[in-house]
Amino acid sequence: MANVPEDLHYSKDHEWVRVDGDQAIIGITDYAQNSLGDVVYVELPKAGEEFAANEAFGSVESVKAVSEVFTPVAGAIVNINEALADEPEIVNSDPYGNGWMIRVKMSNPGEVDSLLTAAEYEDFTKAESE
Amino acid sequence: MNKLTATAPQLKRTPLNNAHRQLGGRMVDFGGWDMPVQYPAGTIEEHLRTRNHAGLFDVSHMGEIDVRGADAIAFVDKLTSNDVTKLVDGQAQYTTLTKPEGTIIDDLVVYRFAADHLLLVVNASTTDKDWEWIKSHQSGESVELNNVSADYCQLALQGPDAQSILQKLTDVPLDEIKYYRFTRGSVDGVEGIISRTGYTGEDGFEVYAPANRAEQLWNKILYTGNMGTPTGVLPCGLAARNTLRLEAGLALYGHEIDETTTPLEANLGWICKLDKGDFIGREALAKQKEAGVKRKLVGFEVTDRGIARDDQEVLIDGERVGKVTSGSPAPFLKKNIGLAYVPVEFANVGQAINIDVRGRLVGAQVVKTPFYKRAK
Repeated sequence: MANVPEDLHYSKDHEWVRVDGDQAIIGITDYAQNSLGDVVYVELPKAGEEFAANEAFGSVESVKAVSEVFTPVAGAIVNINEALADEPEIVNSDPYGNGWMIRVKMSNPGEVDSLLTAAEYEDFTKAESE
Repeated sequence: MNKLTATAPQLKRTPLNNAHRQLGGRMVDFGGWDMPVQYPAGTIEEHLRTRNHAGLFDVSHMGEIDVRGADAIAFVDKLTSNDVTKLVDGQAQYTTLTKPEGTIIDDLVVYRFAADHLLLVVNASTTDKDWEWIKSHQSGESVELNNVSADYCQLALQGPDAQSILQKLTDVPLDEIKYYRFTRGSVDGVEGIISRTGYTGEDGFEVYAPANRAEQLWNKILYTGNMGTPTGVLPCGLAARNTLRLEAGLALYGHEIDETTTPLEANLGWICKLDKGDFIGREALAKQKEAGVKRKLVGFEVTDRGIARDDQEVLIDGERVGKVTSGSPAPFLKKNIGLAYVPVEFANVGQAINIDVRGRLVGAQVVKTPFYKRAK
């Protein structure tokens, strides 16, 4: 069963958001990394770049496939996880911790309230697997 | 994350479909077949385990066409590019089925049991097409043709430990079977065919047996090979099968070769015996050989950050000159590699190329193939 930490917000595209003041730290969920398989490459944006909610900010590649990743909230990139350039597999081993991808200064902090809770995301992934 | 799609229910299944699901195989549609793309260990671990120890692959979806009769050899020799007359009993050869234009209908392995009995092993996605082509070219020869694909299962056990694992299950002295040789024999009491062939660049065997014994053989090999231990055999899915064959520089039909490519363009001139006598496509190939090919398949290594993927365009000096036929990470070599067609004047080791990776130009360099060669 995939891990779904209680204290995070979730999107239907399988990203998680950890709120830190008016900033959001974003990555992909345990369910997502498991579906992807071994992550071999992560493409991330540069600091300062701006994204709308649900816009693709980068991509995650497994051996076989490329998947876009979307930011659930609008904002500008504060910094990115440089460690993923040399060790993309951290996304598999620690998707909610050291596998974080981007830190965003939210243009509209209220947006997180319309994201899924842990329980709602868990139900969502159960329905998807059926 | 993009939404991941479910597989359709009407796909063809090998006899091992339940076994794959029980092992936690992630099932995908491969050319109309419901096949495991990977198991829980993951593609990279499956790939490395095959190179370092052993991997077991279900390739039962491949097709088998039985050819018997006094004209068996002459008939198959007329349809294929390699020289069937050179085979002895118990020997196999890699070859192509070619069109009059010299282009490739399929790549396949021809097994010679006897002067009047051959077995053609063809790709899963082209079995029906090959069968129709072969049948339609019988005109008076003394041959009996049968599509026996449904009768056979096929398991490939590959890796340096393959022989020692398989030897525990058969009295056939496996060290006496040389490369591209085969014998009838029994594995775990099941009568079948054991051939020293494979698609990974490792030593290994392919076992052909009655379809209804597939699960027995599959489970026995995994058990005997100590699946579940760090150095034991692993079941391997199609993703690992692809990364292994790519590192070994082997063609995949529909990618490096198809009905628009000739063996000469695809580095398969070595199985194109223009002097053997007439065969379908011989004239066109002889002309192409004389004039020289205009494009050639090359191997490349990505030198910038990024992974080249199938169908991405190749650029040289800003001009679009070709296409990637297969692009992927190489788990053993720890590089990103691929195969591509480029104009023959650029088909030289060291040539710098660029690949359009979703709008970004990524640098690469032409290298010698195979990318990987196992230690003798």
